[in-house]
Amino acid sequence: MKKQYWTEYESKVADDHYYYERSCIRQSFFTGSEEVFINIVRDLLGKDIADDMNLHTCSGIGYYSGVVPLDTTMTVVARLFALMTEAGYKNFVPSCITSFGLVNEVVDMWHHFPEKLEQIRGYLKEANGKEFDVPENIAHPCDIIYKYRKELKEKMKYSLTNVHTGKPLKVVEHIGCHYAKIFPRQVKGGAEFPQVLVGMIQEWGGEVVDYPERRHCCGFGFSQYMVLANRGYSAANSKKKLESMQPFKPDFILANCPGCTMFMDRWQYTIAETEGITYGENGMGIPVLTYEELAAILLGYNPWDVGLQTHQVQVEPLLDKMGIKYDPKDKYVGKSGAFLGEPEKPTHLKVKAYE
Amino acid sequence: MKDLGFSISQSRTIDLDKSDLSAYRRVVEKVPSAKLCLMCGACTATCTARNHTDFNFRKVHLLFRRGQFEGLAEELDKCMLCGKCRLVCNRGVNTRAIIYNMRIILENLNYKSIK
Repeated sequence: MKKQYWTEYESKVADDHYYYERSCIRQSFFTGSEEVFINIVRDLLGKDIADDMNLHTCSGIGYYSGVVPLDTTMTVVARLFALMTEAGYKNFVPSCITSFGLVNEVVDMWHHFPEKLEQIRGYLKEANGKEFDVPENIAHPCDIIYKYRKELKEKMKYSLTNVHTGKPLKVVEHIGCHYAKIFPRQVKGGAEFPQVLVGMIQEWGGEVVDYPERRHCCGFGFSQYMVLANRGYSAANSKKKLESMQPFKPDFILANCPGCTMFMDRWQYTIAETEGITYGENGMGIPVLTYEELAAILLGYNPWDVGLQTHQVQVEPLLDKMGIKYDPKDKYVGKSGAFLGEPEKPTHLKVKAYE
Repeated sequence: MKDLGFSISQSRTIDLDKSDLSAYRRVVEKVPSAKLCLMCGACTATCTARNHTDFNFRKVHLLFRRGQFEGLAEELDKCMLCGKCRLVCNRGVNTRAIIYNMRIILENLNYKSIK
């Protein structure tokens, strides 16, 4: 029988006691995802997870853009590990894929160059007197959701089924490059067949779309989008993916990286406004969700508590397909109950009116 | 359309599903040996016109086969139809006839040389 070597690629995920490192950009772009993850892990799965107020950037964006030197980056990462050590944890869970790639890269470099680790220990001690242990386990939150996907399914009120047709929803899964492509051996399925989102989609009743540009980068690429002159190249990557998946008529895109989720969502606006091209049904876009948002709405969370109103591509048609109940009037109502104001409508990317 | 200060780069993907491949089928009907070409480039290496221009038979043949016609008429005009390439072709491809027929087909498709 033909042996599938990629199935040997495993991610090692700790069972409990996680130290959660929040992301700089996820809290701005997908406001509910991190809170929902903590709620799911702490309240629904009954696990111990630390949410530390003293957290700071991992400097990954600066490092991968080539503006923060390696030693500085390593010392910043060491400070994060020091906070974890002080809190009494050994399992590091970075929310952002960039952080995940970065901390794995840093730990791997320390493994190969132990003298560098000692040098960084010295820098950190000199800077603020802190000491740290290297984490015993580094896992991404999507690994944890994947690990407990069956337990979560038992608690779910909805599934990935089109309630109008009874058929599974067609889902495009997109994995961040820094999740699976830097150290593929540490990811279930490796870089070519990463199972983390596939496992969630299939377990929760959906059908995965296999399309030609499935493993193509979204184009986030740090220095590309940061420089205005290069931004067209960045958008071209997402465009290539969207063009490739469009014939398969996916119901939505699921991503595990903040950059990918943001770009696949927001570039649909950019492409529509600059070239008049849209990729969803009837001139609308293809909704893009994070895995926490997906888990949350299937578990029965209010979509507006999860932050789905902050997405560029409207999500209501998807919620309707899934039979998820929501009140359109609450979409732009803040936590205090005050109306937050409605965003301006795009010119070309269609938005359906809901009363 | 809005001006966001940048434009989206054009992809260099060649989508054969969207290309017109019928023109090349017409070439093959006229010159069946075209199918034997393995794009080795021996024709280009020995090309007389290549000494004075950047004419490249291997390249124009490949572009035509993929239905990428933009700028091809000008390229094909560089060929003097001397037939030297045919003498060195290790697959016996009638390269000269291919060029001649590509010119006629492009002319019919209104891809005209600037000259």
